[in-house]
Amino acid sequence: MKNPAYIVGAFEHPTRKAEDKSTAQLHAEVAFGALQDAGLSASDIDGYFCAGDAPGMGGLSMADYMGLTKLRHYDTTESGGSSYVIHVGHAVEAILQGKCNVALITLAGRPRAEGMQTGTAVRSFGAGVPDESFELPYGRTIATMHAMVATRHMHEFGTTSEQLAWVKVAASHHAQHNKHAMLPKVVTVEDVVNSPMVADPLHRLDCCVISDGGGALIVARPEIAKSLNRPKVGVKGWGEGYKHQNAGGIDLTYSAAAMSGPMAFEKAKVKPSDIKYASIYDSFTISVVVQIEDLGFCAKGDGGKFVADGNLISGTGKLPFNTDGGGLCNNHPSNRGGMTKVIEAVRQSRGEAHPAVQVPDPSLVLANGKGGNLGTRHGCGTVILERE
Amino acid sequence: MATMAFDRLPAAPQESPDNKVYFDGCREGKLILGKCKDTGKLFHYPRHVSPFTLSNNVEFVAAKGTGTIYSWSVARGKEPFCVAYVQLDEGPIMLTNIIECDLDSLKCGQKVKVKFKDSDGGAPVPMFVLA
Repeated sequence: MKNPAYIVGAFEHPTRKAEDKSTAQLHAEVAFGALQDAGLSASDIDGYFCAGDAPGMGGLSMADYMGLTKLRHYDTTESGGSSYVIHVGHAVEAILQGKCNVALITLAGRPRAEGMQTGTAVRSFGAGVPDESFELPYGRTIATMHAMVATRHMHEFGTTSEQLAWVKVAASHHAQHNKHAMLPKVVTVEDVVNSPMVADPLHRLDCCVISDGGGALIVARPEIAKSLNRPKVGVKGWGEGYKHQNAGGIDLTYSAAAMSGPMAFEKAKVKPSDIKYASIYDSFTISVVVQIEDLGFCAKGDGGKFVADGNLISGTGKLPFNTDGGGLCNNHPSNRGGMTKVIEAVRQSRGEAHPAVQVPDPSLVLANGKGGNLGTRHGCGTVILERE
Repeated sequence: MATMAFDRLPAAPQESPDNKVYFDGCREGKLILGKCKDTGKLFHYPRHVSPFTLSNNVEFVAAKGTGTIYSWSVARGKEPFCVAYVQLDEGPIMLTNIIECDLDSLKCGQKVKVKFKDSDGGAPVPMFVLA
């Protein structure tokens, strides 16, 4: 047992539209699924991690609902869709510090059942948010702000819509093998660039799906991982980073993965070329291109060329990514894709991904989450997992 | 092909003691920047705290109101409009709308100048037109 902690349980909710379930219920169902996967029970959990999708104050209401009575550590770090990737790192640190032995991380939500227009409606976090007076009058949305990252990338580096489309094409090649995927149909570059424009230069097929569901992870100390009859998936590296508008010194060409990635690689003492599979947060095709550069898989500005021609497709490309179909084709539960990024990385590490997309040597895999808005304020979390 | 920007009514900004100086400036047709007196650096959005030193040693200055498009997008739909980041000639980049323009011919680097637009029951807000 070489690593400080292990992901011993992982579970993704199969639902994509949960009209008949509450958010709390979904949290509990994924928690139960992950415990069953690990071979543990609720009474083993002494650390609980959740984010803003959990109903109630922090994790208190969910701990109450799920009957977690042994909690001695609790972390509600909120960084949107990247929260759960960051939670994995925090759980490892908590285990290292002796604060808990078995950490449960949950995510769940039902924006689809609630009819939410996630990307194309103006969203507010309520009164008193200092930046919103300078943003809401301009009708900014998730889609237009990510689109501005794409516009600038194209302007500075010559990236093309066709190159961005390859990200979606690769995701669709993987999604065809996932029976739960919302969009299992293989698409072409032409399909993407000919789909309706949502926010120039991003087309409808450059955007992720809106789905219900959730996921859970169990992180445990080595002694416990050793006692369980599951593949040993060690957390070898982890990092987090945060980026904002920097007082008007805006640079849209990079993401907070430029901080979280190097931190994780330094901890793991490995390099990007050692990574056999990567889960990359795919709210939009451009998000993937920027993160791939920031994580060091190619030079800044070369991401468009890197993702083109099937380079992200498992079996043919150099960097197989999002083999479950990702947010672009499979799901994006609660508008927060970091959890499912880690879950598919765990499947790959265990050798339990779909045989058509399983990488042959998953010795080292990576998951990167991005949460918040790539064009305004966001946080990134990176984890590097080692199969022992 | 040309698609004129829809003449949308912006939502009223929430005013607070912190941003009042900015929106009072808008009412007078002035685009206000924050200036950190510790470092001499300008910042957007204006606030009573320096985002460079965290001190309250700040003042407020009027920008010329000219700049260039740093990046842009068009929210497509029945009422299309342009969301943009404009880099002011003084340096800081601000979120805004480019109005009264052809949405199909926008480019990074285009020169723009400020035009204040009434909001829905609140202070006017700075938008930009092609210079």
